[in-house]
Amino acid sequence: MASGDVLQVELVAADRLVWSGEATMIIARTTEGDVGVLPNHAPMLSLMVDGVVDVTTTENETWVAAVDAGFLSVADNRVSILAEHAEMSHEIDLEKARADLDRAHKAGEDDGEHAAAAAAAWAEARLRAVELAK
Amino acid sequence: MAVSLREYRAKIKSVESTKKITRAMELIAASRIIKAQQRALAASPYSRELTRAVSALATFSNVDHALVTEPEVSSHASILVITSDRGLAGAYSSSVIKEAERLVEKLKAEGKTVNLYTSGRKAAAYYKFRNRPVVQSWSGFSDQPTYEDARAIANELIEVFVAGEDEHEHATHEVHVVYSRFRSMLVQEPTALRLLPLEVVEGTEAPAEGDVLPLYEFEPSAHDVLDALLPKYVTSRIYSALLQAAASELAARQKAMKSATDNAQELIKKYTRIANQARQAGITQEISEIVGGVNALADATAASE
Repeated sequence: MASGDVLQVELVAADRLVWSGEATMIIARTTEGDVGVLPNHAPMLSLMVDGVVDVTTTENETWVAAVDAGFLSVADNRVSILAEHAEMSHEIDLEKARADLDRAHKAGEDDGEHAAAAAAAWAEARLRAVELAK
Repeated sequence: MAVSLREYRAKIKSVESTKKITRAMELIAASRIIKAQQRALAASPYSRELTRAVSALATFSNVDHALVTEPEVSSHASILVITSDRGLAGAYSSSVIKEAERLVEKLKAEGKTVNLYTSGRKAAAYYKFRNRPVVQSWSGFSDQPTYEDARAIANELIEVFVAGEDEHEHATHEVHVVYSRFRSMLVQEPTALRLLPLEVVEGTEAPAEGDVLPLYEFEPSAHDVLDALLPKYVTSRIYSALLQAAASELAARQKAMKSATDNAQELIKKYTRIANQARQAGITQEISEIVGGVNALADATAASE
């Protein structure tokens, strides 16, 4: 692989830069389905749903992060993943995510609110990220 | 004299304890301001990327969106005033409120009805005291706002902006934000800015001439992406306003507490001088009384001999 063919990745949450570095492949879940991004991908701006982002770094390591609804922008081998919340799998507090999920389900049963559904989706995304990282 | 000496000593003691408090507050503000600045810095990649994406969308698609369309007639305006929750920050809150009042006057002169929204207890108290209606107030986070706080405010403001006049009683055609911009530790300036309708390309963030934005593919469609992006953009703008306001508040508090500490020091010096004078006067009087007594005694013995 030529040295130019790597992706500069930035995973950004609303209040901080979660991860930045070089990668060879990214898999993210958009509203249209899972999308894989390799170097020299065409410029793209797409919406993501709550889910897991899978990144293979240039050192051939893989890390997983949970993101909530945000978007993915790809241009000139620069990839920005923006989400209001984003957590790397090792930062996720498993107990807290489970508790959040339970609480959101309970709140959802009462009135089926939109906020509860969003909280549940975010909690599920975190749980999935931890499972995938194992 | 002895009484006033005691009084002065008591005054010195009380000023000394005041000084200790203001000094502690100064140090706390100083340590928090660094964290506040770091938070503002940490949030900047997000707003930078978001601005980039929104500019790309605005440049390469001709879609119209409710949040960017200039209304034909504008008769209702909303103002969000961002102040602190607590006082003891010098003129911080009052200067922001003054700026807001100026804006209210200006909008009223243009014949618009103004709805007020406040963040921070100081602004809420100001309008409550003057019996002026505030549509909604948020408080409790002025020195460390979170993204959730910004989102709560943004959702409300977007709702009233998007709603038609007959759908929402506070429907509005434009939204302004008044907050204190953090320029440096010494300078914070109250700023009014129009949030909605959005002016997408910010003067500071606009891509340079040569920096041509790539031809993006939008998924699912340009309109859907814009739909999702613009509310986030608004939230991020409010978040950054809140963060700047928090840093400004702490800087203003540090400055105010610094001068309070200095003043207390001056006062202590002054009182110590007066107390010393009073003590010296007391001693002088005692000595002259003793000398007078001894003289009188000597005169008496001399006379009897």
